[in-house]
Amino acid sequence: MELFINQVLAGISTGAIYACMALAVVMIYQAIDHLNFAQGEMAMFSTFIAWQLMQWGVPYWWTFLLTLAISFAGGILIERLLFKPLAKAPVLTNVAGFIALFAIINSVAGLTWDFTIKEFPSPFGSSAFLGSRLISTHQAGMIGVTLLMLVGLYLFFQFTRIGLAMRAAAALPESARLVGINTSWMIALGWGMAAAIGAVAGILIAPVVFLEPNMMGGVLVYGFAAAVLGGLTSPLGAVIGGFLMGVVENLAGTYIPEVGNELKLPIALALIIVVLVFKPAGLFGRAIIKRV
Amino acid sequence: MTSMLNVRDLHAYYGQVQALYGLSFSLNEGSLTTLLGANGAGKTTTLRAICNMVRSTGAIEFDGAPLSGKSTESIVRLGIAHVPQGRGTFTTMTVEENLQLGAISRKDTAAIASDIERMYEHFPVLKERHTQQAGTLSGGEQQMLAVARALMLRPRLMLLDEPSFGLAPLVVRDLFKILGKINREDKVTILVVEQNAQLALELADQAYVIETGRIVMSGNASDIATNEDVRKSYLGY
Repeated sequence: MELFINQVLAGISTGAIYACMALAVVMIYQAIDHLNFAQGEMAMFSTFIAWQLMQWGVPYWWTFLLTLAISFAGGILIERLLFKPLAKAPVLTNVAGFIALFAIINSVAGLTWDFTIKEFPSPFGSSAFLGSRLISTHQAGMIGVTLLMLVGLYLFFQFTRIGLAMRAAAALPESARLVGINTSWMIALGWGMAAAIGAVAGILIAPVVFLEPNMMGGVLVYGFAAAVLGGLTSPLGAVIGGFLMGVVENLAGTYIPEVGNELKLPIALALIIVVLVFKPAGLFGRAIIKRV
Repeated sequence: MTSMLNVRDLHAYYGQVQALYGLSFSLNEGSLTTLLGANGAGKTTTLRAICNMVRSTGAIEFDGAPLSGKSTESIVRLGIAHVPQGRGTFTTMTVEENLQLGAISRKDTAAIASDIERMYEHFPVLKERHTQQAGTLSGGEQQMLAVARALMLRPRLMLLDEPSFGLAPLVVRDLFKILGKINREDKVTILVVEQNAQLALELADQAYVIETGRIVMSGNASDIATNEDVRKSYLGY
């Protein structure tokens, strides 16, 4: 029983990271109808920036805030330079854009910081949380920071005018323009926020998976699986999907001997396929009906 | 009377297809004008061209200043509210959020709150349903909401695209009564595009008839309503 609880809690803590990545993916998907394949690389790059700042002696939490700000600006910049010009381009052009972005960020990170694995500190340490052996302080910290951020995002979207404007621009761009919303900047803002959310995910997971240019590859696959499971049209669904994904992954790895550690990733991929076949809109998403 | 909106020699295009062929008309400040015509005549395109939602050439002036080259959202911010065909309701949001969105370009939060209350007086049904998702409203209620959302901008000019579409005749009468009241009491200039010519002519003081992208008739609404030839050839009743 203790093993079970232990695995569920560990699943929730990595699930928090998947939830962040899924949320970032869904935010951009809502705004421009494309999946950002480079979301993981953007998060990885943000994490390297954080690492660099700490190398320069900036304290952890200042680094955290600064990295969020830099990532936010970087996300906006990427949208303005790369994806705004592609807004009316065909799907495949956009896909090529995302793959290019993926490759560029990955290479630039490798070039700047090389491909050796680096240790990344955790502000929470790795001792037993509240004296319990069930969960470590860093795992508890991951869950805590993620929940704080999710609550903050919820309040932002629900109770601020700019949050309302962003929701409107994502839901019905034409109507949004007709009430005077600059939808183009709302998309850029969405990119900035997605980049910052990804940065949080990267910084939190880096002490676990260690820092290197390919650290987010697996994480993003889980993030995609979570987003598909929860529904690409539902931010809340993506978050719940993320936590579910983390728990399922951990339990399967522990209790199905054939799965072990090596076959955890295919579980995510299998889940994507199963969801797409049987419930394409996801658990919480809206089915989109298009007239053709 | 001074003219508030001046449209001269307007041509509009959907890709290679031309929809308007040199349309010219003007709206007087405080007037209620209707633009009539059959399906495909170019009524909707005319409204969309005013808000720069379709490629067009020609001159459109609002208060003497040209609108060409301005983005849709900046044209709206000048005080031109556009209730599009199909109403453009934010169906997944609440009624109150829809009203908030109407005023999203305004900064005067206190006045916005009192304007929402005013809308609830104009349209009591919206108050009853203010926490409900807008998509759950009936067609008529959604049209009321669309008009209220447009008014939340405190517009000087309101463009309405077929507000009667899909509504029961009684609901249409109510809606048109409210439009008349808004025009008289709030001094909002209104341009309404309609297929329901009879009702629109009762409501309006000025009318233009448009056919295949050109203005073929203009004048006082009452004159056009009583002109047998016009009625038979263009309005079909």
